[in-house]
Amino acid sequence: MSDVKKFLYVNRKAPHGTIYAWESLEVVLIGAAFEQDVALAFVDDGVFQLVKGWDTGELGVKNFQPSFTALGDYDVQKVYVEREALEERGLTEGDLIEMTYEDEDDDWAEKSSIRIVSREEMAAIMADSDVILSF
Amino acid sequence: MAYEVNGKTVEHDEEGYITNLSEWSKELAEVIAKAENIDMTEEHWEVVNFLREYYDEYQIAPAIRVLVKAMKKKFGPEKGNNKYLYELFPYGPAKQACKIAGLPKPTGCV
Amino acid sequence: MALLHTVNKSPYQCTSLQSCLQHVRAGDTLLLIEDGVYAVLKGGKAAEALSAANGVKVAALSADLKARGIGAEKMIDGIEVVDYGGFVDLVEQTDKTQAWL
Repeated sequence: MSDVKKFLYVNRKAPHGTIYAWESLEVVLIGAAFEQDVALAFVDDGVFQLVKGWDTGELGVKNFQPSFTALGDYDVQKVYVEREALEERGLTEGDLIEMTYEDEDDDWAEKSSIRIVSREEMAAIMADSDVILSF
Repeated sequence: MAYEVNGKTVEHDEEGYITNLSEWSKELAEVIAKAENIDMTEEHWEVVNFLREYYDEYQIAPAIRVLVKAMKKKFGPEKGNNKYLYELFPYGPAKQACKIAGLPKPTGCV
Repeated sequence: MALLHTVNKSPYQCTSLQSCLQHVRAGDTLLLIEDGVYAVLKGGKAAEALSAANGVKVAALSADLKARGIGAEKMIDGIEVVDYGGFVDLVEQTDKTQAWL
């Protein structure tokens, strides 16, 4: 299939302060129907979207964190998180939710979708994609 | 716009999706199904319950492709396929079954 | 005249906290709300700046901490966690409020 394009969704905003995080997730879910090569990038405050343990009860807003873990069902297998962005914020990979997908080429083995990459690698990932959607 | 269940009214939008997800009940599901011209059988309930569990876990109603894949994983290929699901819910399994299950319309479903 | 300062923006995306910290005076209270609460993350760059504010009471709103998965173990020491009622008390205890939007 030569018409498959590499889509990269770049997330730079914290989850609750603005609507960007939720909007991005919705677009990813909708876009998944088009069977393109989809990857997610989390840089700057976007990394806060993946920090586990949300309890939004007192805020009175929907907790959409579990929806991130459904992305494996939607064939999203590449979730790039920038190491420098985590470090600046005092975070490590252990602070993040688990995101997995089932690898068709490896007897449907469950594998982690999250890949911690350097700022330099992130720049290369952006350069290498066909379409970038920014949130 | 509202459904009537045991003398109680439950609000829904112009497409028939209930507006307050917590107002769902099995009795309401039967009422919505009737409005959709569907007689609820055990097989219908299996899909509806599955959708509710999926929503409970992930907070989203799955797209049809995801529903098929997940059904296949849980119930096997004889139930996890488009034909089976469309026979149960002729106007679109994700759309119609979600409505009966009291969930929002699946994201990306027009 | 004690002031209550509120910061509702992420310190990593916006200069509100920085400006606030340049204007707080001893005896003032700084309340972090919404994305402002990210400043309390232990090991984060913003927390360093926050710790350097002497004589200032720093509080953070619990509903916003919880929604973002920031438990006590992730926070620097010396932050007073308040609920919505505590927010109101702080407004009452101070003479006026400066919101660093």
